[in-house]
Amino acid sequence: MSTDTDRTPDHSSNTTEVSGVEIVFDEVVKTYPGLQYPAVDRLSITIPAGEIVMFVGPSGCGKTTSLKMINRLLEPTSGTITIDGVDIRKRDDDDLRRHIGFVIQGGSLFPHMTVAQNIAMVPKLLKWDKSRTADRVEELLDLVGLDPGRFRDRFPRELSGGEQQRVGVARGLAADPPVILMDEPFGAVDPITRQRLQDELLTIQEALRKTIVCVTHDIDEAIKLGDRILITEASAKVAQYDTPANILSSPANDFVRDFVGAGSALKTLSLSRVDEVQLYHQSSARVGESLAEVTRRARDHGDRSVILLDRNDRPLDWVWLSDLEGDQIREPRHDRDMLTVSHLATLNDALNSMLVSIHDGVVVTGGNDKYVGVAGFTEVTQLITRKATEAHERETADIARAPSDEELDEQIDEVPDAGSGDDDGDDDDRQRPEGE
Amino acid sequence: MWQFVVDRWADISYRSFQHVSLVVQSVLLATVIAVSVALLVTSYAKLKPVANFITSVGLTLPSLALLGLLLPLVGIGTLPAVIVVTFYATLPILRNAVVGLESVSPNLLESARGMGMGQLRTFADVRLPLAWPVIVAGLRVSTQMSMGVAAIAAYALGPGLGGYIFTGLAQIGGANAVNYALVATIGIVILALLLDLGLLVIERLTTSKGIRI
Ligand SMILES: Nc1ncnc2c1ncn2[C@@H]1O[C@H](COP(=O)(O)OP(=O)(O)O)[C@@H](O)[C@H]1O
Ligand SMILES: [Mg+2]
Repeated sequence: MSTDTDRTPDHSSNTTEVSGVEIVFDEVVKTYPGLQYPAVDRLSITIPAGEIVMFVGPSGCGKTTSLKMINRLLEPTSGTITIDGVDIRKRDDDDLRRHIGFVIQGGSLFPHMTVAQNIAMVPKLLKWDKSRTADRVEELLDLVGLDPGRFRDRFPRELSGGEQQRVGVARGLAADPPVILMDEPFGAVDPITRQRLQDELLTIQEALRKTIVCVTHDIDEAIKLGDRILITEASAKVAQYDTPANILSSPANDFVRDFVGAGSALKTLSLSRVDEVQLYHQSSARVGESLAEVTRRARDHGDRSVILLDRNDRPLDWVWLSDLEGDQIREPRHDRDMLTVSHLATLNDALNSMLVSIHDGVVVTGGNDKYVGVAGFTEVTQLITRKATEAHERETADIARAPSDEELDEQIDEVPDAGSGDDDGDDDDRQRPEGE
Repeated sequence: MWQFVVDRWADISYRSFQHVSLVVQSVLLATVIAVSVALLVTSYAKLKPVANFITSVGLTLPSLALLGLLLPLVGIGTLPAVIVVTFYATLPILRNAVVGLESVSPNLLESARGMGMGQLRTFADVRLPLAWPVIVAGLRVSTQMSMGVAAIAAYALGPGLGGYIFTGLAQIGGANAVNYALVATIGIVILALLLDLGLLVIERLTTSKGIRI
């Protein structure tokens, strides 16, 4: 489908080397004693190396069961799973698990161990030496955006939910496994934190390119994070396994259509990333700089406010020039985190963040959480409008266009739907005002 | 009574030492037994009712009766004392160890397994440290109780302050009868308090700061 190109510069076009490996499910069945129907019924899919594949579906459809068979927390009743071409039954189960990251809801940290000890667990099992492990812990804390000096020796109960989840992700990545399994990793945190954690995962993945299998019941999360989405019905029966763009533009059947839900045109906005927005380079000021200098620079640039940055160019605050005092730029007094979005965040995320900001824009960060610019309200809404118009035009064009024979074969199931004008007519009515 | 204490100071302190030594060693042995049994019980669900039965019935068994039953089997002296004290000391620790080990969240255990931690390591690094505060609470109850049980063990001519109590009882109406009983009782109470203080310190030192209440 033409919508394929919609996706932001895809991971596959990245220069980073893929460190993940392929996972293949072949006719995998799992039955539980006492459950009349199989929890997983002949699941056959290929999870490509270096991609994020999201498992979504209604509760109880077998997502967790499928996931846990990958690291042999559960054994299939029949069928085979291979990782990088090797049947997982041929590997020692503990050894296999030490080479697969496992992240579950809430982080599930060991409460009696410090953050560092939690992260160091798998390296310890793999008998890494102390200094290598310690270096790795520092590196990982940095990667997930936690200051090692502040967090290394804390206990889980001294962390917020979001921080615990970050440590959980760091622990999953500790021994640099090619495969990471995640079971509803961000289900237990508030929406703003969830959005940040998702952004961070995307940023991390951009650099590492692991194979990540992530279970969620949230279709929006799946659209945002997934290179591919597996939508399953009961017993893990595949309803559709495709890219987010294709699932949104051409759902395979009514189940998928229902599951994706209303407003799929709006959902395509989740496919557009903040880095498509024309960013404004709001003046910035580093802690320690002279106030006079900063003021002059900002005025020259025509700004009345500046973005405060720390030594690593990470944004700390967005302040009015008139509120700055003293000779030098000082650290903000408050300790709360600044609301920012990553350049990989969706347009929806950016819009949400703006709604709680006092400025009419949101600060955008790039790799290592460095400041890159400001996405203005006008620019974001204009892009949203343009995307909506495009999506709408494409839909009408698709309906009008006479499909070729080949496509007709492919879409044979959908033809009656596409033809029954009533539904689509309603859709058109609803969408037209947005486009105009 | 002061004169009584001064006259027999050497004997009293020796008996006090024996008493504490008997209790400490029996409680240590009991801890090892209780934690091992608890590990078994929590690994095999079928064994749990058995453990519950033993702890509840065991605690209702009069210690004097158990001692009487043991005498024909193992004779008199230190051995029956150790057996009886260890038996009673095991029960509260076992009960707490089972509760403590069972209260470790299944999510954490799954995490541990998912990270490739073996059974033994999961026990040593996760289950035991997490159950530890509950186990130590059992240990403290057990130690207090054992101080009293050890006194009764003197009936079988075991070591410790209990001997004084029985001497006092045997001489009721005699010149020093009350002194014997009183000195032993007060001595046991003081020693029990000291031991408890010691355990409190150990509890602080061996419980992770992350789970301290
Ligand atoms: N240990 C188990 N014993 C019996 N049935 C189970 C067990 N675990 C899961 N199930 C059942 O298997 C089905 C799939 O469960 P699960 O994989 O956890 O679903 P999901 O993660 O998609 O919500 C559900 O009907 C669930 O009740
Ligand atoms: Mg689940």
